[in-house]
Amino acid sequence: MAKRVGMEVAVAVAEAVGQCDIDMAAVYPITPQSHIAEHLSELVADGKVNAEFVTVESEHSAMSAVIGASGTGARVYTATSSQGLMLMHELLPIASGMRLPIVMGIANRAVSSPLNILNDHSDIMPQRDSGWISLFVENGQEAVDLSIQAFKIAEHKDVLLPVCVNIDGFQLTHMVEPLELPDQELVDKFLPPRVPYATLHPSKPVTMGAFAMSDYFTEMMKAKDEALKNSKKVILEIWDEWAKMFGRVYKPVETYKAEDAEILMLTMGSMGETAEMAIDALRAKGVSAGLIKLRLWRPFPFEEIKAAVKSAKKLIVTDRAVSFGGPGGPAFSEIKSALYHEAHRPAIYNYIIGLGGRDVTVKDFIGMFDKVIPYDAEKAVDTYEFWGVRES
Amino acid sequence: MNIVENFDLYAPRLINKKELLSAGHRACTGCAEVLAVRLMCKALGENTVIASATGCMEIVSSMYPTTAWEVPWIHVAFENAAAVAAGVEAGLKGLRKKGKIDDRYIKVVGMAGDGGTMDIGMQALSGAMERGHDMLFVCFDNEAYMNTGIQRSSGTPMGASTTTAPAGKVSSGQKTWKKNMPEIMVAHGVPYVATACPSYPLDFIRKVEKAKSIKGPSYIHCFSVCPTGWRCGSHLAIAMGRLAVESGVFPLYEVENGKYKVSSEMPKKLKPVKDYFKAQGRFRHLGEEEIKIIQHKVESEYQKILDKAKYLKAWD
Amino acid sequence: MTKKKGLATWQEITTGCVVFEPGSASEYHTGSWRAQRPVWNDAKCIKCGICYVFCPEGCVQQSEDGFFKANLDYCKGCGICAHECWPRAITIVEEK
Repeated sequence: MAKRVGMEVAVAVAEAVGQCDIDMAAVYPITPQSHIAEHLSELVADGKVNAEFVTVESEHSAMSAVIGASGTGARVYTATSSQGLMLMHELLPIASGMRLPIVMGIANRAVSSPLNILNDHSDIMPQRDSGWISLFVENGQEAVDLSIQAFKIAEHKDVLLPVCVNIDGFQLTHMVEPLELPDQELVDKFLPPRVPYATLHPSKPVTMGAFAMSDYFTEMMKAKDEALKNSKKVILEIWDEWAKMFGRVYKPVETYKAEDAEILMLTMGSMGETAEMAIDALRAKGVSAGLIKLRLWRPFPFEEIKAAVKSAKKLIVTDRAVSFGGPGGPAFSEIKSALYHEAHRPAIYNYIIGLGGRDVTVKDFIGMFDKVIPYDAEKAVDTYEFWGVRES
Repeated sequence: MNIVENFDLYAPRLINKKELLSAGHRACTGCAEVLAVRLMCKALGENTVIASATGCMEIVSSMYPTTAWEVPWIHVAFENAAAVAAGVEAGLKGLRKKGKIDDRYIKVVGMAGDGGTMDIGMQALSGAMERGHDMLFVCFDNEAYMNTGIQRSSGTPMGASTTTAPAGKVSSGQKTWKKNMPEIMVAHGVPYVATACPSYPLDFIRKVEKAKSIKGPSYIHCFSVCPTGWRCGSHLAIAMGRLAVESGVFPLYEVENGKYKVSSEMPKKLKPVKDYFKAQGRFRHLGEEEIKIIQHKVESEYQKILDKAKYLKAWD
Repeated sequence: MTKKKGLATWQEITTGCVVFEPGSASEYHTGSWRAQRPVWNDAKCIKCGICYVFCPEGCVQQSEDGFFKANLDYCKGCGICAHECWPRAITIVEEK
């Protein structure tokens, strides 16, 4: 039966990945991902996981190695954070362009400069256009579940795209949480062996990574875009299957007391749980507050966002990354854009929060609601604010 | 598609007749690098997977929707051929270990130009060799970033004119000596390191076959004459390679577990380097003084190899 | 694959730009590049095969009687074979 344990989330993620019959993993350490790498290497060293574990000499080589291994038909995993992800950046569109299933755990961490090893989303946001499927988790259980699901999503014949699972560094990775490691038999049933689309094997020689002139490039990009968009269908099917097998339900946009809320807040990642407490407190004092939590980042869940906000008057989007000199935080920009054509759309406000590991408390979230309550919803506020920044 | 398959060769009977790199590739007329790749593939045979860096060989062979490759081949980026090859090796090892693929031995080969090996590719290569993956890495050294327009690399020989270190009124081209990549590989403890040149085809093929038999890392540095970039006639590709070897500019040697062995092809007395420079436009600007400096350095570098062959013992 | 009916649509191109036909580059006849061409004099040829070895295109073929000639679909006219032929059995002639 499923083991209910209290476990550090990073360790649990490694355990979950270890349950997925991976054939190869390549990792380079970076705080706060390192515990995932370390525990996975222990599992391999103890013979509990039968996989080739390659301790590469940089994150760029980690991604290169898993691309090469995925090309042979192996099931592969890597993990990184922040600067490591930025170093891999060159290869991300290559991995998705080559349509290779790869699962990557990202322990989200702030990007330099200045150097900061603590949690925010500035590492994943610059990878938006890379063509990867991107999921966010809120707690240890989700980290475990989505890490397993990611392999099935990536390898699905109608998807064939790399998947990253975003786990807030330190805030989540280093927390000991109660969670259930799924029963191995059920995982094996849920996750059959990979059936590769093409393999690097002399029995059927193929060329991978050909170059394309302008006569083919556009078609390639269109095909990749369509694949990413259509992957949502597969993700929903897989979440359905997961719910039936494991009893836990996942949706592209999770809601908390949002159905009749006048003022909604959107969070991504672990802060959702803190925000829920704020919603409860606000409701207790009579504010019609609700929370929506974005789980599926790419492909962007347009329908679910529109449905979630359709009766709200105001929406506070919290971002944990900055798009400098741009139209606002990344999530804010995308949601605004997604709602542009809607006959009814809420007034949207953007707060940049929790940068570089700065704590965001229940009081902060309540404060954000209190701030927007007096605003006139008809008057657009076309700006974004760094919540809590010290100003002279 | 194999054009020449059904005949016996008189002298080179040892050469596998199967063409694993088809004609129709877009290499320049007279490219000795693509010739070297062709010969390397003959030595490797079909049970090979090649991971190639971005560069001339990748571009001329893989224009979608066709490919010249008849072995499994993957290209990812410029600096990571060795890391991709390491990943392929690990992937195949993992799959084979778990019985997910048959257990035939497949040689994994990483290949790159001098840029993709010695400059941008250095880190990945160092990592892969240090970790001891069972793979051969071949550097096809045409002594500049040829694919992007003949820009200098650390493989560019001293005195050569390239488009980013050109000979001009106040400069005589490349200022520094060619980076000694084979030595760096020996320093990594790579059990088999060799220099080779397609102008000596049987020697090159033998070295590739030797590397193929090593269960561990191996490295071959292949001198690849580029008539386009070196500005010499396309018909001279083989002749230039021969002159490079005979003048000591590119000596042929092997290092097996630390034991140096100079190739029997090396002449007793080296030809003067100016004979080698004569036909190449990239050296045309060099004056007597500069040639003298280069001559002296070529001789002293070659002497180092001779000394190592004489005095160094194999590793334990 | 796309030979007959023009360029492939986005639905038709292979997933991930993988090429499944090894050696399909041979569809492209590089012989069109040629400004000169090698001609063998069988009387001088000793059938050593070195022209076959040194051809970067791998397009030098041996006929039934053991003599050699270039497959003109691919020969780029580099002149290496003629330059390396020891008995001087190959001459380079200009293409008209």
